[in-house]
Amino acid sequence: MSEREASFARIREALSVKAVGHDGGLPSVIEQRGVLPAVGSADEERLAQFRKNAADLRADFQQFPSEGDLMARVRELCQVEGWKKIATHNGKLAHAVAQSLGVPVLNTTEGYDKHELAACDAGMTECDALVAQTGSVLVTTLSAGGRALSCLPPHHIVVARREQLVPDLPAALELLQQKYGTNYPSMISFITGPSRTGDIERILVLGAHGPKKLTILML
Amino acid sequence: MTAPAAQFKADAGRLSADLRQRGIIQTAMGKYEVVRDQRKAGFQDWQGARELAARTKFQAVNHLGQYLEDLASKLEARGTKVHWAGTGAQAREIILAILREKQARVVVKSKSMTSEEIHLNGALEGAGYEVVESDLGEFIMQLRGEPPYHLVFPSMHLTRGEIRDLFAEKLHDAPSDNPEDLTMVARRVLRQKYLQADIGITGANFAIAETGMISITENEGNARLTAALPKTMITLVGIEKILPRLADLGLFLPMLAVMGAGQLLTGYNTLYGGPRQPGEPDGPEEFHVVFLDNQRTALLADAEQRDALGCIRCGACLNVCPIFPNVGGHTYGTTYGGPIGSVITPHLRGLAEWKHLSDASSLCGACSETCPVKIELHHHLLQNRRNGAQAKPSWFQKTAFKIFAAVANNARWWSLVTKLARVGQVFQKPVKGTALDPASVWTKTRDLPPVAKESFREWWKGRK
Repeated sequence: MSEREASFARIREALSVKAVGHDGGLPSVIEQRGVLPAVGSADEERLAQFRKNAADLRADFQQFPSEGDLMARVRELCQVEGWKKIATHNGKLAHAVAQSLGVPVLNTTEGYDKHELAACDAGMTECDALVAQTGSVLVTTLSAGGRALSCLPPHHIVVARREQLVPDLPAALELLQQKYGTNYPSMISFITGPSRTGDIERILVLGAHGPKKLTILML
Repeated sequence: MTAPAAQFKADAGRLSADLRQRGIIQTAMGKYEVVRDQRKAGFQDWQGARELAARTKFQAVNHLGQYLEDLASKLEARGTKVHWAGTGAQAREIILAILREKQARVVVKSKSMTSEEIHLNGALEGAGYEVVESDLGEFIMQLRGEPPYHLVFPSMHLTRGEIRDLFAEKLHDAPSDNPEDLTMVARRVLRQKYLQADIGITGANFAIAETGMISITENEGNARLTAALPKTMITLVGIEKILPRLADLGLFLPMLAVMGAGQLLTGYNTLYGGPRQPGEPDGPEEFHVVFLDNQRTALLADAEQRDALGCIRCGACLNVCPIFPNVGGHTYGTTYGGPIGSVITPHLRGLAEWKHLSDASSLCGACSETCPVKIELHHHLLQNRRNGAQAKPSWFQKTAFKIFAAVANNARWWSLVTKLARVGQVFQKPVKGTALDPASVWTKTRDLPPVAKESFREWWKGRK
């Protein structure tokens, strides 16, 4: 008998005795929404909620009326932080913004050298959704230029559109199922604020391994 | 007394007198309690959420075989190599075989209590591999050569000064004792390791049967990098980590964040469904998932305590336990400390050697009350006491309870004993807690309430 078969045999044997307990079955999404942190019903409220959560998380969140304004803000960041090289991917908006900066751009879409990515000053990605309930950015390998682009450079810049804001985690998970069906990207991540640690005396430090800064720019 | 019990007793005695360490733990817990309660209050119905979480885990654990089949076949369909380990030794051998095949040298790990359970680091280092823990707390503990102190906060018992000294000694780089400076030292050191590593090893918080995905929760981004940069990724998963559906994460991710560290949501909650897929720019060429039993099926077979397999390792029960902050995390001598560890360790490692842990409880029930998946922790501690007594009855306990029952069931004897006790306590007072006191084991650290001068029956008889 293989170890796989042996494991399943032990499980079957163990479960031959029934347990009593919380046997109400799997809860519905409606039941989940009834207990989770509340989300505003109007879009404006949700936007305000996202803004507040992002601020609590020490992420920088800003909205722009046009692509030009958004690009101007990124140019400003580029100058203030003195970026020498940035990385992005084949997202239409992210790519356009990165190209407009006039600094060398590494495009990760077709593969890249990890040392080169590690040397970039910022990583600019798009995303699948923003979650009002938690202030999270939902990215996948496909929407954000791979697994490392949103995590390796010290500054992660997300460019998003207003219609990408979803109310809560259940909605974000539903969106993934609708968007990808059964062919999911191999990595899906809810990014909630910049990288952080409290492992030394429970004192918050940003930028433990991932980005020290998370900037979310919304059109 | 067994060796683990003797060690527990000695360490508990020493650490409960260590006011400095107790102070550090209390401060950390104080900060945790405040944010945890704020976050709980943010839920519309926290108690309702616990009920839903308990229902989800009940379903998962009681249909474990079916969900594991689904999960494994979904993972395999997308190119993941699935392995089965009945024991810790088998899991170590599976992982070592992968490392040999890949001719690996440097292994970078993200936090995994399951890898602690099977003593993976020792095995890999023994075989000549360089193993680097990347979670800051785990990295600190690895430099100290100690196991993690707490499920979620591995280095919570250390001060910044101690960590500065440690970095100065081991890394020759400690600019100050400022937590930010120290974190940046670790970031620089570990960044180089990430770029060198051939293999990334992670644990798992949840495994989603419906979609065939491993879910990893972390704050630092270290697991993200472990899963992104090395060419081979290995994930070690206890078979009980199952969640039936992707939608279950909508509930479990925020609940784990609240109870684990008082967060709305943990920094990175990431799902891995396979190695790098066609059309993707990066990620490991190979993804191995090792499913570990290691006596979990023994706990599964105990229908009374099966719910303990629903544990999400948030550490909330340790944090509310009146024992943990007084005896410290290392005293338990187990991978999993606190109430949950005291419940499951006798199943995982043997009742005879580990039943003493169920005595390290006041049975106050704070653990059961806080548990986000409603594990009946303090009941299980009592059940372990019962099982331990049944497996190896103590003649002393049996005789003592027989005598007590006989006395308590007989009014004359009872009244005689209570009268004698009034006299006895006068003689006991000067020798209390010393070798001359027959009850010294108990009275050394406790005060006996004085016996009443007059019993109720005497008062009733004598009333006018």
